[in-house]
Amino acid sequence: MWRYTLKRLIQGLITVWFIATTTFFVMHFVPGDPLSDARATSEQIRENLEARYGLDKPLYQQYYIYLRNIASGDLGISFTQQNREVNDIIREHFPVSAALGVLAVVFAALGGILWGALTALFRNRMPDVVIMFLVVLGVSVPSFVFAALGQLSLVTLNDWLGVSVLPVAGWGSVQHLLVPALVLGLGTMAFLTRLMRSSMLEVTNADYVRTAKAKGLNATQIFIRHQLRNAILPVITVLGPAIATITTGGFVVELVFAIPGLGRFFVQSVQQLDYTVIMGTTVFYGGFLVFMVIAVDLVYGLIDPRVRVE
Amino acid sequence: MSTANPSELDFSPAPERAPQARLVRPSLSYWQDAWRRLRLNPRAMISLAIVVGLLVFTLVGPMLWRLDPANQDLEQLSIPPGAARTAHIVEPYTAWRREATPGTGLRLASEATTQSVRLVWDAHPSARAFEVFRDIYPPTHPPTQSTQDALGIPLGEISPQDGLAFEDRLALEPITYYYHVVPVGAGNRLLSDARETIEVEVTRAITLEEATQRGLVSTGKKTQVGDEVELAWHPLGTDYLGRDMLARLMYGARVSLFIGIVAPFLYVLLGVAYGSLAGFVGGATDQTLMRFADFVVALPFLLFMILFKVLFGIGPGESGIIPMLIALVILGWPATARLVRGQILQIREESYVSAARLMGSPTGYLIARHMIPNTLGVILVTLTFAIPSAIFTEAFLSFIGMGVAPPTPSWGSMSNEGIKTMLVSPHELILPAIFISVTVLAFNLLGDGLRDALDARMRSVE
Repeated sequence: MWRYTLKRLIQGLITVWFIATTTFFVMHFVPGDPLSDARATSEQIRENLEARYGLDKPLYQQYYIYLRNIASGDLGISFTQQNREVNDIIREHFPVSAALGVLAVVFAALGGILWGALTALFRNRMPDVVIMFLVVLGVSVPSFVFAALGQLSLVTLNDWLGVSVLPVAGWGSVQHLLVPALVLGLGTMAFLTRLMRSSMLEVTNADYVRTAKAKGLNATQIFIRHQLRNAILPVITVLGPAIATITTGGFVVELVFAIPGLGRFFVQSVQQLDYTVIMGTTVFYGGFLVFMVIAVDLVYGLIDPRVRVE
Repeated sequence: MSTANPSELDFSPAPERAPQARLVRPSLSYWQDAWRRLRLNPRAMISLAIVVGLLVFTLVGPMLWRLDPANQDLEQLSIPPGAARTAHIVEPYTAWRREATPGTGLRLASEATTQSVRLVWDAHPSARAFEVFRDIYPPTHPPTQSTQDALGIPLGEISPQDGLAFEDRLALEPITYYYHVVPVGAGNRLLSDARETIEVEVTRAITLEEATQRGLVSTGKKTQVGDEVELAWHPLGTDYLGRDMLARLMYGARVSLFIGIVAPFLYVLLGVAYGSLAGFVGGATDQTLMRFADFVVALPFLLFMILFKVLFGIGPGESGIIPMLIALVILGWPATARLVRGQILQIREESYVSAARLMGSPTGYLIARHMIPNTLGVILVTLTFAIPSAIFTEAFLSFIGMGVAPPTPSWGSMSNEGIKTMLVSPHELILPAIFISVTVLAFNLLGDGLRDALDARMRSVE
């Protein structure tokens, strides 16, 4: 287990290095630079600014400095926002995106497991048909449409009740979080429902379920102890990539619900070619996702002893 | 025994037997069989029809509906589908001389048209001035409540010396407005109790000159002031700039489907080449190639989509479709590569391949005859499932403003524009959203059907 963990961690570090390197070079091949706006009016000012940000050095030296800074956890200073450190930006806005993402994943996982188990239980009967229809819809409707619909229904609800039950947009309390997180989780929920359904159906025909039945266990016990616990395993495997999809997919939901997450900063920084913010957020996000996937895999190893033997 | 001494009879041909009922079914090739299965799947067939319909809509549509998607109809902004499009011919606008109007209270001085709305009201003893508001929603609060925000947009403050009248010419639409005139007392306080409200139904007006310019007046008969003319027809309404929704949806489909179909096609092709190379060569090459694919998979997809899109840049006058295409191809291939490599590795060990090799088939023959046909089904299924995700990606990027450049319509950018006016004119969001959803749905169901038809092992549990 330790050997496996170590191997995965080293692989993860190499992946983060690859992400950092790709971002660095992609960034520097983009025509123009963050100083090519009105600020660098004269040749002298431009040179001074370049010296300040270290852009006057040759590319390989910049790359070396960049890697060294990342290794020491320093992501640099923003070009466009005066004296604001990228670390500060991330520290301030990432928790917002993370809270939204975590809640969305929780919604998606719980919903997916619940609906999937239900469809398998009522296989080919009314609940199954209805839920599977909703699932197909959930996979086919883009998140911004869900976001718009979510907002619209909130407006209607608040209007109808005459009081503001849940805020329509903004940030600050748990109430602000609920609907955006649900909207963000819907697509993944649909996907997980599908997965859970097929894995439940597979488990239903398994030998150990037949044995349990033969031993005379009641249906509820078999369902909870044998079927559900085994059927959840594949859902957990895809949870790692699902977290990745959800956290980056948060951009749209953040945009529609006016949530001050990291996504908006990223889009903005790309438009302004703010090198350090772009590289910082990409490396941070990339690292976060890579280690999330590893964490989920390791947890999976704890839950299911069979995968530990590699 | 006859066996010991065969007679002449033993060598003569046997008498012809009566033909028996043949139990052999016609031999079907893999593709014929797949097509037969697919045809039995109503969901897949409906989806296929929708996909074909969409292609017709995109390719043939603009030939039938010849309207420039960038053309603005300023008379009809944000018009919902099926809205009335009659307009009254009126005299050209002349300044209002504020003649005395009979009646009391807040009233109209002349007929309310999109040209102008003229309001007249009576004096108020404690009014220092009057504030005029215009709202598109009926007043919800009783007049006693001094809520300013429930009155709509403030149009102006009128001093009684200038006369108790106001003329509104600010972007009038042919809808119902609620005008509020609120006296302003000492200390600039709004005397909401004395508020007066009038409901005004505005009719669309157009001058004869404008109507002639736009070709709305038939040359044959004489049109004069007071007549009605029909404005240009927009079957699906217009957007907030007065552009025809149907034309924009057709051109938007061109962008969305082009990216949605070409990008997956290219990256699946790249993935097949890469994956089969890794699978065939094997060994260290395989390891290196697949490790690289793992790295590409680990790149945060959307962040890099945005980065690559910026890297390949959008020059002036370009729509940004090609950069998006390249970015999708660069990031999309590893999944297919992995899948194809797995398939190739598996098929390489199959006994029919060994048998063919034993009989001396050259590698080229093995690839062409066994490897490719046996992976084609899986590849086709991957392709069908890659299309909806590419359409999603395009819509997503255009939605956050990193997709196609503004004048070019795409379903995603149309949704982005529509969401801003979602409450007032929902059709601007709903129409492109329906198109995206139906397209993605059709490709998803078609993919499911193809998977069931093409690959027995991947058949979904029903």
